[in-house]
Amino acid sequence: MKRRVFAVIRKEFIHIARDFRSLIIILVMPVLMIALYGYGITLDMRCIRFAVVDLSRTPQSRALIASFTGNGFFREVAGDYTPDDAPSLFRQRRIQMMLVIPRDFAASLATQAETTVQVLVDATDANVGTYIHTYTEQVLQGYASSLSGAVQPILRLEPRLLYNPDRKSTHFFVPGLIAVLLMLVSALLTSITITRERESGTMEQILVSPIRPVEIVIGKVIPYITIGFADGALILASARILFGTPVHGSLLLLALLGTVYVFVALSFGLLVSTVARTQVIAMFMTVMLTILPTFLLSGFLFPVASMPTVLQYLSRIIPATYFLVIIRGVMLKGVGIAELWLPIVSLCAIGTFILSVAVMRFRISLE
Amino acid sequence: MKSAVSIQGLAKSYGTTRAVDGLDLEIEQGELFGIIGPDGAGKTTTMQILVTLIPPDKGEVLVGGHDVRTGIQAIRSLVGYMPQRFSLYPDLSVEQNIDFFAELFGVPKSEMAVRKQRLYRFSRLGPFAKRLAGKLSGGMKQKLALSCTLVHDPEILILDEPTTGVDPLSRLEFWEILHHLHRMGTTVIVTTPYIDEALSCDRVAVMHGGQSLACGTPDELVSLFPHKLYAIREPGISLHDTLVMSIRGVLRVAAFGDSLHVAAEPDTSPSQLETELSAALGRGINLEPISPSLEDVFIHLIHTKRNDGA
Repeated sequence: MKRRVFAVIRKEFIHIARDFRSLIIILVMPVLMIALYGYGITLDMRCIRFAVVDLSRTPQSRALIASFTGNGFFREVAGDYTPDDAPSLFRQRRIQMMLVIPRDFAASLATQAETTVQVLVDATDANVGTYIHTYTEQVLQGYASSLSGAVQPILRLEPRLLYNPDRKSTHFFVPGLIAVLLMLVSALLTSITITRERESGTMEQILVSPIRPVEIVIGKVIPYITIGFADGALILASARILFGTPVHGSLLLLALLGTVYVFVALSFGLLVSTVARTQVIAMFMTVMLTILPTFLLSGFLFPVASMPTVLQYLSRIIPATYFLVIIRGVMLKGVGIAELWLPIVSLCAIGTFILSVAVMRFRISLE
Repeated sequence: MKSAVSIQGLAKSYGTTRAVDGLDLEIEQGELFGIIGPDGAGKTTTMQILVTLIPPDKGEVLVGGHDVRTGIQAIRSLVGYMPQRFSLYPDLSVEQNIDFFAELFGVPKSEMAVRKQRLYRFSRLGPFAKRLAGKLSGGMKQKLALSCTLVHDPEILILDEPTTGVDPLSRLEFWEILHHLHRMGTTVIVTTPYIDEALSCDRVAVMHGGQSLACGTPDELVSLFPHKLYAIREPGISLHDTLVMSIRGVLRVAAFGDSLHVAAEPDTSPSQLETELSAALGRGINLEPISPSLEDVFIHLIHTKRNDGA
């Protein structure tokens, strides 16, 4: 039994080593994606373009403008504009926000309890609109409190951000990317390696030997667990080096649960291989059934809680949903098994289910 | 003699297609047994049942005394099977391929070197041990496939059309190896579409429509031919079946290369047949009595079976 499993493992490793190009892709792709997400794709806003219509033209109004331009979040698009210019500026996408300071701004500050400035925001992208709105409000508050003699509000909100105080979306993306890539790589490699044997006819050859189906499965799965594990470690390391993404919790726990997750992904690949007849079909099926749900429904980009009810139910059968909770918890919050037992149990349950269906179907498909 | 393979009333259907339909065969230990038949005769299905890849629908099948339904593990270590579409791992070397199959079949590590040397000797693959299997020629691939099949010293070797698509020289070489194994005492069961390959077997079964139409030594099979047989060797002759069939006593005409074989009722006189044929064709022809070949028997059996079925 042990010898036959080892024979399959050794053979798989030779396949992997001989197919050098695929190996490079498997190992380089994750690092590239981390770099891409870290540097390029970000939800943080910088350099919000805005125009100013300063009808007041007083030292006070200039101080207000300076507090916008001075913090790096806003960049002024200079020009002599009137409020009527707003629609065309927005349509040409020259600005994202317009600040209109009324004529009586300085006088109002001196005499009245409440002074109004107008802010126009391009909310085509609702998320971006909200960000601009929030940033603008913060700048205005900062300005208000800096005014000497201005009345301090009695209640003041002083938020303290936990776990990701800099609000770097990279830190939020890295765990998600690990979940996506591990799922993709593990499921894809497994489904392809098995369909390849069936397609080329070598499976028939193996099957007339005394090897048992479960031994084939174990022998095939172990090499790809190793690769999946290496991939995960590589992503963590490169995120650490490039962006300083922390792991607050136990690395050992993370590795352990990562292995469980990879195992679930491999089982899924095995399941696909019992359905797909050719390598191309296997590839399509795996990509469609892992990447899309993992990207869209697991909470990688969009919080599960804000999805429609039907999709929320759907997200519960996606392994990545649970792994995301686990890996974000361990990496960003530093929590342990005590806090994570529910998603861990759920992940194991889904994995056991997929694996048993896959092994059952695998046996049948061999006949 | 003990039976290596015993098949009784075997049936296997795929949907509504009856691949094997009431097959009976006895193959003795140490025999070189050929199964000949056209495509779709049920040869491959029968082989797959013998090696426990697919279960039979009906019938008793014993391989080396073990039932194919219950003795799967025992049969698998007893039998070497080379499927029609044998594939090796093209990205593994010759040696890695052999090693892999040796480990799957549990060949003792201490014996590995000796076995490999022996396999290299008869396959002459030794100098190519480090070459990738994908880079071998067709004939060499075939021999590597056979080596992988033989690595566990099977008592019974089952080969499904092993030489289809292999060049004539490699075919000859391959059969020399089979004869060698046969002499060493291995039971060899081989399906083939080639008459000449069937002729070199101890016994041959003619398979058609999922049944064995006849089984015996090549000589016994030839003696089954119930008609008189004549050859017409005229250059450029092309007889239309219906024209000749209309002559009394003529049963069938088949083309064999540049000559025609005419099967006739045993009681027809050759001289009378010759006269009538010459008249029908409007030219003098020469009828030469010949003894039937295995191919004639093969065609006769299949025709008879078809006419029975119709």
